[in-house]
Order: sequence, then C-alpha cells, then structure tokens
Amino acid sequence: MQDGLTILSPAGFLDAHTAPEFETAVEQEIEAGHRKLIVDCQGLTYISSAGLGVFMSFLEELRESGGDIKICGPSPKVLQVFEILGFPAIFDMLPDVAAAVKRYAECPVKGGE
Amino acid sequence: MPSLERTFILQVPSSTENLVMIRDFVTSIAEQAGLTPGEVADMELAVDEACANVMEHAYGRDMTKEVSVRATLDGDTVEIDVIDTGQGFDPTAVEQLELDKLISSRRSGGLGMRLMKKLMDEVHYEMIPGKKNELRMIKRLRKK
Repeated sequence: MQDGLTILSPAGFLDAHTAPEFETAVEQEIEAGHRKLIVDCQGLTYISSAGLGVFMSFLEELRESGGDIKICGPSPKVLQVFEILGFPAIFDMLPDVAAAVKRYAECPVKGGE
Repeated sequence: MPSLERTFILQVPSSTENLVMIRDFVTSIAEQAGLTPGEVADMELAVDEACANVMEHAYGRDMTKEVSVRATLDGDTVEIDVIDTGQGFDPTAVEQLELDKLISSRRSGGLGMRLMKKLMDEVHYEMIPGKKNELRMIKRLRKK
C-alpha cells in the first residue's frame, strides 16, 4: 500500500438517511489531513443522490490540495447510478482497491495527467 | 381480457429513516407488476428520490408530517403518486446544471429530479398551493 492512501468502505445503503454519517466520516479523514481517499463501494447495496452528493461536495477541496477521491468496486446496480449522472467523466472509477491504489501511483489527481 | 386495476397505498411519517420502508414497498409492487430487475431498481430509486425531496424540501424535515405513496397497476403501466401537503415548488425553476458545474459551485441540488426523469417513462407534477402536491411517475410495462 502506498503511503497516504485512506480507504473508506461504506456498507449497506447510502440514502438521504445514512448519507450524513458517511459525510461525517469523509470530513473526519480530511480534517486528519488525509487527502487521497479511496471509497471502496463493494459492500454498498444501494445509493441515491444523497450519497452521490457526498462524493461531489468534497472533490474540489481534495483536488485543490493534491488529493482525490477514487471510487472502486461498485456492484452493477450501484455503478449504474454513478453512470446515469455522468460520474465516470469526473471521478476515477476502478474495479477494486488494488486498481485504485495503482491509479493513485499513475495519476494522483484525475485530469491532472 | 382487461386487467383489473389494483391500488396500494403506503403512508409514513416524514422521516428519512422511513425511506427503507418506502423502497421495500415500491420494490415488491414493481416485482408483482412484472418489471425486470433493472426496471424494479429504477423505480425504487426514482421513488426514493421523490420522497427524500418531499421530506427535506417540501416539509423541511418536519417529522410530524406524512408522505403518501400510492401505486396503481393496470396491466400496462405502474403509476406511482407521491403526495404531500408541504411547500410546493416550481419544477421548471430547478436548474439542471451539468455535474462538473454542480461540483465547482459546491452544490448537488436537482440530481434527484434528474434521476427521476431518466429512470421513469413519465414524470408530472401537480401543485395545489396550500392543499397538496402530487408527483406522478409512470413506468410502462414492456409486453413480452
């Protein structure tokens, strides 16, 4: 594992009820100085726009300080929601954590190649 | 033979913890109607988005209010009506910004409505100020 990478693994469903908890978890990582986040969505069974909003709200702040959010492992059902709203154009989306770690080594910030 | 129209109604307190119950309700109706697993997932998400909008915007997180979800199956379509008595809004005034613009302006508003329109065949709003707001969403069954 490269230094400075932080993996968050939300599990279950991410909707308007649970998104604030995930938001707090991301906020705590950022406050602790962790800028290179990997969100492992393997355990996620469902996501709505409230969950997607969490990814969106921290992205600029992280990229401005050389960090990023890389998303990995979503099930086809969860991936479809990311795709409908055009996330793959903005976020690095990878099949698993290993691929996300590799992506950080190649390209720490998407669009910064 | 014409199909019999069937109606199902779920009324819950306006709290986001009830979104799970709403999704389960919609999922079982969509399955009963014969939608494909992908279409069931589409409907589950569209209704979740509609109800979350009501809870957060129309009712401003007032948990003493109630959200009603009425589903009607007629053999050709599944119609879902989300009904509230909260503050209405002008759906045409909701800006539909591109994702990168939303991110750079640190907003995520309007995503729910965008999803509903993409996931359902029809989406209509009916607002009667001070009385009720009704959001009607329709999914047409594909005949095999």
